[in-house]
Amino acid sequence: MTFIETIGLAWGSLILNKLRSFLTTLGVIIGVAAVILMLAISAGAEAAIADQINALGSNLIVISGSRGIPGKLPTLVYDDALAIADNVKGISGMAAEQSAVDQVIQWGNANFTIPILGETPGFPTVRDVPVGTGRFFTQADLDRKNKVIVLGYKVAQDLFGDTSPLDQEIELGNTRVTVIGVMAPKGSVAETDYDNRVYIPLTVLYQRFLSNMNVQNRLRSIYVKAQSPETMDSAIGQTKSLLAQRHDVLVSSPDFTIQTQQDIIQTQQATTETFRTLLAWVAAVSLLVGGIGIMNIMLVSVTERTREIGVRVSIGARPIDVRRQFLLEAVILSLFGGMIGVITGVSGAWLFNETGAMRTVIVSWSVVLAFAAAALIGIVFGYFPANKAASLDPIEALRHE
Amino acid sequence: MMSIPTTGPIIRVEGLVKVYDTGEVPLRALDGVTMQVTRGEFVAIMGHSGSGKSSLMNVLGALDRPTEGHYWLDGEDVGEMDLDELADLRNRRIGFIFQSFNLLPRLNAMQNVMLPMIYRVENRADAEMRESESIAALESVGLGKRMYHRPNQLSGGQQQRVAIARALINKPSLLLADEPTGNLDSKSSEDIMGILQRLNRQGVAIVMVTHEPDIAAHAERIIHMKDGRIISDVQNANQQHAESITNVQLEATV
Repeated sequence: MTFIETIGLAWGSLILNKLRSFLTTLGVIIGVAAVILMLAISAGAEAAIADQINALGSNLIVISGSRGIPGKLPTLVYDDALAIADNVKGISGMAAEQSAVDQVIQWGNANFTIPILGETPGFPTVRDVPVGTGRFFTQADLDRKNKVIVLGYKVAQDLFGDTSPLDQEIELGNTRVTVIGVMAPKGSVAETDYDNRVYIPLTVLYQRFLSNMNVQNRLRSIYVKAQSPETMDSAIGQTKSLLAQRHDVLVSSPDFTIQTQQDIIQTQQATTETFRTLLAWVAAVSLLVGGIGIMNIMLVSVTERTREIGVRVSIGARPIDVRRQFLLEAVILSLFGGMIGVITGVSGAWLFNETGAMRTVIVSWSVVLAFAAAALIGIVFGYFPANKAASLDPIEALRHE
Repeated sequence: MMSIPTTGPIIRVEGLVKVYDTGEVPLRALDGVTMQVTRGEFVAIMGHSGSGKSSLMNVLGALDRPTEGHYWLDGEDVGEMDLDELADLRNRRIGFIFQSFNLLPRLNAMQNVMLPMIYRVENRADAEMRESESIAALESVGLGKRMYHRPNQLSGGQQQRVAIARALINKPSLLLADEPTGNLDSKSSEDIMGILQRLNRQGVAIVMVTHEPDIAAHAERIIHMKDGRIISDVQNANQQHAESITNVQLEATV
């Protein structure tokens, strides 16, 4: 009997029990779908993380004053930022940042409340937030405390619509400022909407929006861009010791925190990691259960067809012919389950992505992996029943009713 | 492959003993059976149930190995063969006919007849050849018009004729028939015996187990068994000749 004929034979007996065959493969279907979904979700998470790393600014180091302690002033000051820019080697840029209470922005009849940030000129390059039209403010703007403003993309849209915002004078709180630029659209990264905020020179923020003298010169964050991924660690080390020295604290118990973009998104990563582990277990358990299901149904099938096996043996089927027939049935069952599982997994991943429930990237080799796993299950769990069929006593088998 | 000798007995058994370890007392189903069947002979084996005739058939059919003794089929020692060689023996040298026909219910008549060709290791036939040979075999038993019927759409006599066609498809020189008419009415029985006699005239050796004297009467030689031993072995002086409907039909169409 040729291989093709054996496949035909196996297929014939499987479609005889369509519902039973389908239910048998359910475990394999779920397992295979879970494998594909799991890999698609982790690939999607990795892609999202890569995007966020780039969006936060590549080779970015974020230094924050200890926040969250009520009644205490932020520990970072503007001079810290200047000292870092002057002394730390291996960095290509620095940006100092402070925020103020949200302000009402107004042009003509349009007005709304908006987050407001004081920045230094390094901001667009250090944070990889490019300017769309116009320009960002310069050191000269900073030094002369020029009343200029750069708008986030959405702010400009909401405020001006089709009118060009450049050189327009608007009201920010009680201060009249001139629009010199609009940022390119960027969207939200790590829960911050970069399109819905405005930037003014840090010095102007201190002068006009932070009246409390105690917070003058204080900073929320200092952003440092390392020249390359290789200089990151060194730059972090230098910054840490420099700030510890300036603040007169121990490096081991600093009053500031230093993070990289990886640190910032680590929590998100950990969440997807948990989800992935869970799915991996679901896949493994389903495949195991699926395999046992196939073994079970094959054992039933061998018992049901004992007489048929006896007849086949009596007319010249060798043990290998019988074994191959039942093994192939098990493999076809599991491959069929694998096929439905692939379809389910791929369309599930696609649906997740389309509906925006979760970002997924379908990994092509996961389909191969899932198929191989299904075939392996068929062979492993089909072997025992097939062997049982092949070693039946033909006389007993012929007598079986 | 050894060439099959054309002379000498087709079956030769010596001192066959078969012991079943059931219960406290071992059952000696065969207790020293020695006999020969010559090429082209038609032998009936008779005896009550428990006489050992079925055990003998199982050994002759290479479905079972004797506890002691030797079995030569066409001069070859069957006891020396491994499982695959035994399968090949059943496939090409022996044809089986059973009381309950043992057709596969899911396959139609033609597919059932084809089965032994599918398992043939040597001189494998291609699909087209298999089909034409199966059709020829079914026509020779008068079922040319029922090739696509399933077993449950055929009468008992017709099913047994399909089984005979299946047994003959690989052109064996020995046919083993275990109560071939046990499930049939007298008319169908007569028909089947007619076919077997025709095959026998064409040179196929037949060993048939039966407990019905009028069926055994169609054989050339009758062996009686009791308690695992042969108690008589005589030539049948009054061999009956069956009037097979099938033969009449076939001769009419020629």
